[in-house]
Amino acid sequence: MNNLLVLPLIIPIITAVILVFLREQVILQRIISIVTMVFISIISFLLLNTVQTEGILRLDFSGWLPPFGILFVGDSFSIILVLTASIITSICLLYAFSTIGDRHEKMFFYPFVLFLIAGVNGSFLTGDIFNLFVCFEVMLLASYVLVALGGRKKQLRESLKYVLINVVASWMFLIALAFLYGTVKTLNMAHIAVRVAEAGQDPLLTTVAILFLVVFSLKAGLLLFFWLPGSYSVPPTVVQALFAALLTKVGIYALIRTFTLMFPLNQDVTHTIIGVMAGITLIAGCMGALAGRDIYTIATYNVIIGVGFILIGLAVGTEASLTGAIYYLIHDMLAKALLFLLVGMVFFVSGESIVKKMNGLIQNYPLFGWIYFLVMLALAGIPPLSGFMGKVLIGQGAIETGSYVLLALSFASSIIVLYSLLRIFLASFFGESTISFEDRKPIPKGAYLAFVLLAISIVYVGVGAESIAIYVKDAARTLMNPSIYIDAILKG
Amino acid sequence: MESLIMILIGVLVTVGTYLILSRNLIRVILGTAVLSHAVHLLILTMGGLKKGVVPLLSQSEGPFTDALPQALILTAIVISFATTAFLLVLAYRTYKTNGSDDLQELRGMSDE
Repeated sequence: MNNLLVLPLIIPIITAVILVFLREQVILQRIISIVTMVFISIISFLLLNTVQTEGILRLDFSGWLPPFGILFVGDSFSIILVLTASIITSICLLYAFSTIGDRHEKMFFYPFVLFLIAGVNGSFLTGDIFNLFVCFEVMLLASYVLVALGGRKKQLRESLKYVLINVVASWMFLIALAFLYGTVKTLNMAHIAVRVAEAGQDPLLTTVAILFLVVFSLKAGLLLFFWLPGSYSVPPTVVQALFAALLTKVGIYALIRTFTLMFPLNQDVTHTIIGVMAGITLIAGCMGALAGRDIYTIATYNVIIGVGFILIGLAVGTEASLTGAIYYLIHDMLAKALLFLLVGMVFFVSGESIVKKMNGLIQNYPLFGWIYFLVMLALAGIPPLSGFMGKVLIGQGAIETGSYVLLALSFASSIIVLYSLLRIFLASFFGESTISFEDRKPIPKGAYLAFVLLAISIVYVGVGAESIAIYVKDAARTLMNPSIYIDAILKG
Repeated sequence: MESLIMILIGVLVTVGTYLILSRNLIRVILGTAVLSHAVHLLILTMGGLKKGVVPLLSQSEGPFTDALPQALILTAIVISFATTAFLLVLAYRTYKTNGSDDLQELRGMSDE
């Protein structure tokens, strides 16, 4: 019945394999990849509505009942993320069609994007922690290739570091898994939650939880983000946008899932550590964004600030703050994708990445400039746009629990975000242009289409917050009451 | 038996860490390979070393050995195999393009 649940993983893999054989037919590759992604977006939207009427969906592979087999679980939280990720990938593909270039297209760019999204969707949907590891690896291997694809000197150098960091992180993931299996003797996430609750989260289990925290923090860029600015600034623009929108968010998803479902008992230790890490991440991210002289550095540090902000929602841990974290997660995925696409386009039209060396872009590209203005306001959290709901709800949660330090840090970071992006806007977009309107480098139509679609999504998530509220509230309710998730899996 | 294996894992992790911390790229990659062997042994040991018979329900009587760690290791081996292969190719290309396999020289300069 719930066989639809596996489609977001399996369809990209199948089409990616087909695309490998169509290497020379670039047009066909484009059509197939975009149709696949739109199809998955529709499927996940249908699934999201099914979850609202039928409760949490579950698919036991080959009929092995949990806790014995591997299974996919669709609750509102995972499917919201699958839907957002699929929509963003579709839009990024539109951008890629007109900008990525023949060389990439013939070197299996589209198959690897599809493998990436398969890994991302798999990580969101799986209900088995070892399967989460496997999906992470599928996603990471595709991302290794996408970082290195192109083979420029700088790219190869940075991708090497990116791969090595992630190999060590995956190694630590396996260690954490080994100790977890040694202690609770199960890998099903719901079953782990039951066993942990039965045993009471003793110091050994808390240590395992902290090991998971380190692993997922490395992936999410929570405090351990030293690898992020380097490797996010070298690949082509579309890949940057996909990474900024999807990869760190998978880490965040894993953190939220781990610490609301599996290890929620010893919050004094784990959630305090997450809170401290998120706070330091915000401060360090703000310093990086303030100090950055070129647009790529400013944009990558904005990703880090976003990660810190969302995880404050987890650290505070009330229903309001988790609702806010989910809202902000959706907003951040859309806004960061758009920000990176815009920043890449600034570099494309001006050939320059240092903020002070450009000016007057808005004269030659009015629509482009105003979309940048829009995303800047959204990231700062100005009311009718998408960032607002998340910020208010996380703030509300922080006030409820009296975490005033985190509250102050999170709202101060909004001002820094606004300042760092406004600096680009004032220096690069305003002022007199040195290039006349006739001599400007045209922006491809496909790129404009991608900008406009993402901008519409941002406005929709902000203005239509009420219409997505049922899904987000259901997701937060399930996160706050892990018993709903556990019952759906072990008793259904 | 478990303690012996744990000591072996410790030795492997030590060797792997030492190799990863060196400047030579090939040594770093070999270090990651050694580390992954160590963690595979750890998973095996965590599941409990051979205690019972083969877990074939109709053909033998319990107690059975836990077969799950072996399935996990098999998956992990395949993944680490793929990652190491990719890393070696990437290292070779980096060496050809950047002209160095010394990580100190691959740091990257801020004035580029």
